[in-house]
Amino acid sequence: MWADLAVIGVKLVFGLVVLLTTVPIMVWVERRGSALIQDRLGPNRVGPFGLFQPVIDVVKLLTKEVITPAGVKPLLYILAPVIAVVIALSTFIAIPIGKDTGLEVFGHPVDGLIVAPDLNIGLLYIFAISSLAVYSVLLAGWSSDNKYALLGGIRASAQAISYELAMTISIVGVLMTAGSLHLQQIVDAQGGVWMGFLPHWNIFPQFIGAITFVVAVFAETNRLPFDLPEADSELVAGYHTEYSSIRFAAFYMSEYLHMTVASALITVLFLGGWNLPWIDIPFSGWPGALLAMAVFSIKVAMLLWFFVWVRWTLPRFRYDQLMALGWKVMIPLAVLNFLWVGVAMSLGYM
Amino acid sequence: MDAVAIPYTWVLALSAVLFAIGTMGVLLRRNGIAIFLSLEIMLNSANLAFAAFAFRFASDHATAAAALDGQLFIFFVIAVAAAEAAVGLALFILLQRRKGSIDVDRANILRW
Amino acid sequence: MVSIVFLVAAAIAVISALFVVVPRNPTTNLLSLVVMFFAMAAIFAILGMDFLAAIQIIVYSGAILVLFLFVIMLLNIRRVEAFGSGRPIQALLGTLVAAGIGGIVLVIAGLLLPVAGGVLPGAVDLGTAIPIGRALMSTHLFAFEFITLLLVAAIVGAFYLGKREEE
Repeated sequence: MWADLAVIGVKLVFGLVVLLTTVPIMVWVERRGSALIQDRLGPNRVGPFGLFQPVIDVVKLLTKEVITPAGVKPLLYILAPVIAVVIALSTFIAIPIGKDTGLEVFGHPVDGLIVAPDLNIGLLYIFAISSLAVYSVLLAGWSSDNKYALLGGIRASAQAISYELAMTISIVGVLMTAGSLHLQQIVDAQGGVWMGFLPHWNIFPQFIGAITFVVAVFAETNRLPFDLPEADSELVAGYHTEYSSIRFAAFYMSEYLHMTVASALITVLFLGGWNLPWIDIPFSGWPGALLAMAVFSIKVAMLLWFFVWVRWTLPRFRYDQLMALGWKVMIPLAVLNFLWVGVAMSLGYM
Repeated sequence: MDAVAIPYTWVLALSAVLFAIGTMGVLLRRNGIAIFLSLEIMLNSANLAFAAFAFRFASDHATAAAALDGQLFIFFVIAVAAAEAAVGLALFILLQRRKGSIDVDRANILRW
Repeated sequence: MVSIVFLVAAAIAVISALFVVVPRNPTTNLLSLVVMFFAMAAIFAILGMDFLAAIQIIVYSGAILVLFLFVIMLLNIRRVEAFGSGRPIQALLGTLVAAGIGGIVLVIAGLLLPVAGGVLPGAVDLGTAIPIGRALMSTHLFAFEFITLLLVAAIVGAFYLGKREEE
């Protein structure tokens, strides 16, 4: 049993390290990528191609003065960024990042490249934990003793709970075809080829569900075009107006962490996880696992670039447009996807 | 799932303690929201009692259906609690608008 | 090992329940209730009911308590009253009733046979989503549809009650 715990501990530490190093990389990608899109240079002085810019940013953020406004409710004010980061980090334990190729570490089997291999309700766990992200936003907005923060907090939480529904309904089609809530099995069900030329990924038969899920995930992570809660021109900085230095760094970090976990989830559910498009991974043991992880990382990286690309291309939704979209368009589309998959399954096509 | 060696009577005892705490909360608080939260504790303690008995019956194939029924009942209790919370909170908002506060001792017009 | 986890979860549940009942700040009460629901979900998971643990967190912590928090913020509820102030008769009766019911259940729990039902064998895997889903859609379909109606009624009712009157 202690060997089991040690293996889980190693996987956990590995995953945490990978997730936390994604944040500075994403900061750099965002700044250089946005510069590329806006036809300017972006940071290029600090290292080769400005690669050390995130390090300097972190140092700057940490050395700023920590200002706590006078009227805040102290416990909630400090709790909100903590909740944001902890929740973003807790969801990844159910996400498989590679193939279960029968690896062994010092003679003890590594049960698949997923931190919690026995969690049969994997996807439900992810939704349970990410539904708690509403608290961080709401508590931050309310405890800040600032009307702009409160407005931002209420808007952000209303947006989060509205798009949560579209998010969960749109993946029911995936669950029906895979027959299980365990993400490893969902990825396994997407191996192989369909109709001779298309890879069997879920995005091809269920493209409505995929589009709905991606849009809902944009809304959940408060990324443009749904970033009204942090809109600079309207709400100062929304729910994190009154946070300075390391607490703001925590919110900033939690946004990128949520984005990474969301990209990993989209990859697992719709883009076939670690499956190569037309070939089965031929190796086993360490080379196979590394290849699977590399494929997964490439897909996640492409999705992260997609997040950055959309942010600097599309304008922002107005709040009533955003809520109308969530309730009147996304939920019916998600239900349509679910019906379509049900009909196809009953006719034997899937 | 591996064998879990907890006597189900411990879970039942916990349910009793939580029920007692919830009842105290409902009877002794005047703030409407706090009464509601204590009510949720009571509902949860009832859920725990169902869970304890479902756990007890899940060990035999003969009585496994009862275990499933127990879990389904918990599911329905959670759904009913959600519905009740929605309507109850709407009523509290109305009370605040009419009376200016949600102190339940102020809602006494129908008292004889 | 599992007993220790259960005892820790039970202790957290009881302590946070006390924090719901005793302090006077509504936000403290609500956040302690979130902690209590987490402890309950942990206990459900220990008893093998994974699906219910996830549902408990999604529905109770993630939806119902967010609704409560919205109402607390909307009505701007602060510390309203002191614990048990001005209600001595209710306090006495309440304590007797609570102690009575709690005591009865504890006695029953002590008298029940600690059957082999305390141990779950490996073959029966009843807590995951598939058996529950199957049962909901076949044996208990009527109850499931009825709950849907109940929730629709609750939504319509809450909406109607909360509507502002047009003067």
